[in-house]
Amino acid sequence: MQSSYSEEDKAFRAEVRAFVEASLPADLARRGRYDYHPRREDQARWAAILATKGWSVPHWPIAYGGPDWTGVQRFIFEDEMRRAHAPTMDRIGPELVAPVLYTFGSEEQRQTYLPAIRTGQTFWAQGFSEPGSGSDLSSLRTRAVRDGDDYVVTGQKTWTTEGHHADMIFMLVRTNMEGKPQAGISALLIDLKNPGITRRPIWTIDEGLTVNEFFFDDVRVPVENLVGEEGAGWSYAKFLLGNERTASAEVPHTKRDITQLRAIAQVERKNGRPLIEDTTFRAKLARIEIDTMALETAVLRALTAASHGGGAIASLVKVRGSELRQRIADLADEALGDRGLALCLNPEGQHPMFDDGLTSPVPDHGIGIAAKAMFRRATTIYGGANEIQRTLIAKTVLEL
Amino acid sequence: MDFTYTSEQESLRDSVRRFVEREYGWEERFRIIRSADGVAPGHWATFAELGWLGAGLSEEAGGFGGGAIENALIAEELGRALVTEPFNAHVMATQLLAALPVDTASDLTAAIVMGEQRIIPALQEPAGRGDWRQVEARAIGTALTGTKSLVEGAMSADRLIVSARSKDGIALYLVDPHAEGVTLSPYRTLDNRRVADIHFADAPVTLLANGAVAETAIETAIDHGLLTLCGEALGIMDTALWATRDYLKVRKQFGTALGNFQALQHRMADMLIETEMTRSILLSALGAMEGDDPLPRTAAVSAAKVQASTGGLFVASQAIQLHGGIGVTEELNISHHYRRLYVIARQLGDVDLHLARFADATDQAAA
Repeated sequence: MQSSYSEEDKAFRAEVRAFVEASLPADLARRGRYDYHPRREDQARWAAILATKGWSVPHWPIAYGGPDWTGVQRFIFEDEMRRAHAPTMDRIGPELVAPVLYTFGSEEQRQTYLPAIRTGQTFWAQGFSEPGSGSDLSSLRTRAVRDGDDYVVTGQKTWTTEGHHADMIFMLVRTNMEGKPQAGISALLIDLKNPGITRRPIWTIDEGLTVNEFFFDDVRVPVENLVGEEGAGWSYAKFLLGNERTASAEVPHTKRDITQLRAIAQVERKNGRPLIEDTTFRAKLARIEIDTMALETAVLRALTAASHGGGAIASLVKVRGSELRQRIADLADEALGDRGLALCLNPEGQHPMFDDGLTSPVPDHGIGIAAKAMFRRATTIYGGANEIQRTLIAKTVLEL
Repeated sequence: MDFTYTSEQESLRDSVRRFVEREYGWEERFRIIRSADGVAPGHWATFAELGWLGAGLSEEAGGFGGGAIENALIAEELGRALVTEPFNAHVMATQLLAALPVDTASDLTAAIVMGEQRIIPALQEPAGRGDWRQVEARAIGTALTGTKSLVEGAMSADRLIVSARSKDGIALYLVDPHAEGVTLSPYRTLDNRRVADIHFADAPVTLLANGAVAETAIETAIDHGLLTLCGEALGIMDTALWATRDYLKVRKQFGTALGNFQALQHRMADMLIETEMTRSILLSALGAMEGDDPLPRTAAVSAAKVQASTGGLFVASQAIQLHGGIGVTEELNISHHYRRLYVIARQLGDVDLHLARFADATDQAAA
């Protein structure tokens, strides 16, 4: 047994750190530290820089431009990215859509779409959820009816993450009304510039924009944009969602938040002394750090032994990780005192919901913290709500 | 003991509830929070007209013979619709004045209760983190210098009551916010309230009180303010709780109503427990306000604030969780319930501060 990083791992970390330090533009790092919803051009710029090194798609196979890293190396890479305040990368295209394309897509689809995802030129949205369907995807109702060489798509999708940045959407549609509901679902690739598509932003609790609603009104999609076989969309979706849940503990992000919180607590004061010296605060921070240490090891265990109950481990680190993300954001906001109650609109934002024209009193070290504390209410909901994860753990591990 | 409201209190509650139902629908509230002022013109006059501004003030102090119970009750109903008017600041201002034995105070109170004047207390500073006992603003003679933070209702105030250090300890001053040397920096809090930081640079002020009289008045006003916040929190919790219950009954997933899942039923049961504990501890603190001994009052009020803060955040965060994705949208009221309760949990001191205040008061009472 070796429960610490190997020499090779340490050397890899040093290599990543040196590259990121030399290559990450300062304005990207600044906005990365504020941690508002990322801007498309920041993600695109950083993906292009990483692509020159062959590092923009850490989990892809070599054949499509991936670096062939181990799970631990991918973790170290993410850890260094967060540590340096690099933009959080787009997940939808590289992590969710691309693996479906290189696993199930046609050769033509791979060649058309994968390179542009790898270099950050094309952004994707994921059209799964519909109003009323929630976690129960088999109930989806958006229809695709074959008409000559096209499918004609009609319906509505919601919770479309980063839809306002996307060029293409990976859609689940119903191609057959008969039989088991799962069996009638197919996967289509749709260009969002097609006529008949309208988008509505869904503003969230942080007054930010990350999710959208899309309406499809007789949208014509060429049949070559069908992924794999008609009626097999359900199994592709399950494959895709499995990839989504594995990364959801977000330990590197929480570790970065802890570092940031320590820095805040050295500047902020309570009873005339640095907050970091306050015993109550120290105890709360220590508890979060302890929980993060345990979680990090749990994630590394899962990454080194993917075959041993990997799915259930993914569920349990998702539950703990998402709750930790909320606790750390809340404590950081608490550390800001009065300033943590002030609404602070993204000073470099692109999509303000409502600009009040007022100046926020939040100091630079507190920018983005309150919005983060608000938006993190979603971490225990998205990626499969924690209630669903707990039920899954009870069924698969505890066999209840 | 009798935990039922009197018929006067019942009719007061009905009057606030009717206002909220008629004038403060969700669409209307949206329009208000997106407006420049964040409050609706005319509502304050309605509050005065309906007698709410004096309902929680004794007759000797120029009110209509009520007390903390009436204020908590009004706040509870206003909380149900997340009304943005600074009622809490109003309660603190009137109770502060009522605790001051000066003629100016009673003249001012009459004008406030009629809605002719808006007087707003500015008692906390950024470095104090909600602790009103930490005062660095300083007055030399009648010139005040310093900064007060998170002052709700500051933009519509005709006068401010500001705490500052003087040669005679902490003192309270009446300040014209339009006077030279006073600068207001307005901003919006997470719950869409409009507040301001106020900077004083040798601003001209009038002394209201100093020393023990001022400090006692501040503590009294803060206690009243805390209970108003607790009442408001209770109204929000109760609303979020039942809205979530209704949602679980109608929302179907995997072929069945969400309310049929035992895990969610238990969560709802815990939310109800937190709400009822908050209601109970608030009633207990309202009872303690009637006693003469300040220590049990302090302990009871801080206890209520701790429970309302932790219980409020629990109920609101679970209401979001049980609603799923739509719970975190700006459109649905649930996210706004959370935002308001998040702010209330820290207003006039966070949980840490009130746990310490409770422990100190309990120790002293036992000694």
